[in-house]
Amino acid sequence: MPRPSSSSQPPLGSLALIAAIVAAGAGVFAYTAGWLSPHRLTPTKLVDAFAPPGGPALGHRRNHAKGICFTGVFESNGSGAELSRAQVFTRAQYPAVGRFNLGTPDPNEPDAKVRVRGMGLQISTPDGEVWRSAMIDLPFFPVATPQAFYEMLRMSGSKDPDAKKNFAAAHPEFAVFGAWAKSAPWTASYAEEPYHSLNSFIFVDNAGAEHAVRWSLLPSAPVVPISDDDLAKLGPNHLEQEIGDRVAKAPQRWTMAVTIANPGDQTADPSKAWPEGRRTVEVGTLVARQIEPERDGPCRDINFDPTILPNGIKVSDDPFPAARSSAYAKSYDLRTSEAKDYPYRQQTAAGEKP
Amino acid sequence: MTSAGTQFTVLQRSLHWLMAACILAMLFIGVGMVSTIMPKYVPLLATHKALGIAILVLALIRLGVRARYGAPALPADMPEPMKLAAHLSHYAFYALMIAMPLIGWAMLSAGAYPVVLYGNLRLPAILPPSEALHTLLWNAHFYLAFAFFALVLLHLAAALFHGLVRKDGVFESMAGLPSHDERAPVRQSAGMVRPG
Repeated sequence: MPRPSSSSQPPLGSLALIAAIVAAGAGVFAYTAGWLSPHRLTPTKLVDAFAPPGGPALGHRRNHAKGICFTGVFESNGSGAELSRAQVFTRAQYPAVGRFNLGTPDPNEPDAKVRVRGMGLQISTPDGEVWRSAMIDLPFFPVATPQAFYEMLRMSGSKDPDAKKNFAAAHPEFAVFGAWAKSAPWTASYAEEPYHSLNSFIFVDNAGAEHAVRWSLLPSAPVVPISDDDLAKLGPNHLEQEIGDRVAKAPQRWTMAVTIANPGDQTADPSKAWPEGRRTVEVGTLVARQIEPERDGPCRDINFDPTILPNGIKVSDDPFPAARSSAYAKSYDLRTSEAKDYPYRQQTAAGEKP
Repeated sequence: MTSAGTQFTVLQRSLHWLMAACILAMLFIGVGMVSTIMPKYVPLLATHKALGIAILVLALIRLGVRARYGAPALPADMPEPMKLAAHLSHYAFYALMIAMPLIGWAMLSAGAYPVVLYGNLRLPAILPPSEALHTLLWNAHFYLAFAFFALVLLHLAAALFHGLVRKDGVFESMAGLPSHDERAPVRQSAGMVRPG
């Protein structure tokens, strides 16, 4: 390095020390960024693992890619106020926006091919708080940890004929999902599905006391079981047409039931349902009043990140909400940067230019 | 904007070292949180938002303090290109310290995310939801973060170069213990002992 005036000896020792300090700083930074840890499970890896063999559907959510928006209200009955100080549990009506969806990375997958259905939900309260959640109709999660979930995705995409067998052997909880997938009834309507939080969260009441909970949205509509073959005959996009027609005739309702863990119930493993007999409090009713296509709908640009919680609800020791938040953010960053690939843009452009 | 002394004021040095700790923590939290799915992701993200706004506030205070108190003059024998680099790097620091939190805040706004600092303390959205703006701001936040860290390393290298090689008092003007000018005419002597 140049010096304004030369001394008898170049300060090689000092320069080497400076270089070493700067290199150490860069090294610690690189380590923190995961560049030196190729085995770290990053959100990018997790999101990439969802992609079908032909690559992800650009511009779409990387999972639960097929969906339709709804708007409505959450009618809080006030009963939840004993569990959480969040304003959403004070008796009143609060605006809600959500998204019915199918658990698939392919936005064009026929309905009858997708076993898991979900709901993204955002409830806003006048105090400025926002509660987002992403629920599914499966009453428990197929695997116990985010790492196992990643391995499950890799297994699904694996060409190894023994992949599934090996995975099931390493993750015995996965068999429960297999049994559910075979035996649980299909329905022909999003309105007939329950939607479960899956993950455990902590409700904090006015006194500061904490209550470990899970919640479910239980449909008011009677459940009419149907076989997947009969569902397939109704058409590849029956669910979206049906929920549009149904809500146009009458708002659809779900009761929000909050289940409180007993002392000793584990909260960290969403693959284990809590035993029967837990205290449950019905805290209100979700009412879907209007259906809108995702393309121009109000749910399209919302990331239904389950860690976006009002003051009065927080994450528990369940590792999934953090993993989901991290991966959802990555999915959101990707799809918003691919907006030109989303059909919305092309159709709008085509419509505006005669 | 130069002051007569050879050292920054105690207030300036306090702000510098407090912000150095905040900014380093911020850069490491940022690069760490986006590469993990572990439970620590949630508190890291929350800390990143709150610390970012704290840095914004501190940077604005510091800008005012700098305008009020100035900075010690660089040594007269410093080559002009080096002086220019020193001045430009400090403009870059102030620009990044103020812009990065604003870009992050705007990015969250464009992404329709609530901006929660702590408990009930929230910031309003400063942009409407927009995919295009979210992407633009996300890219800016991402690449400028690496530029910021590179600038920090450059700053560190330059500071150590002043302290260990040139020994011209510039390092001590921020890092040294408070001293009285008349008792430590650091630059004068540093210039004098290097006659070439």
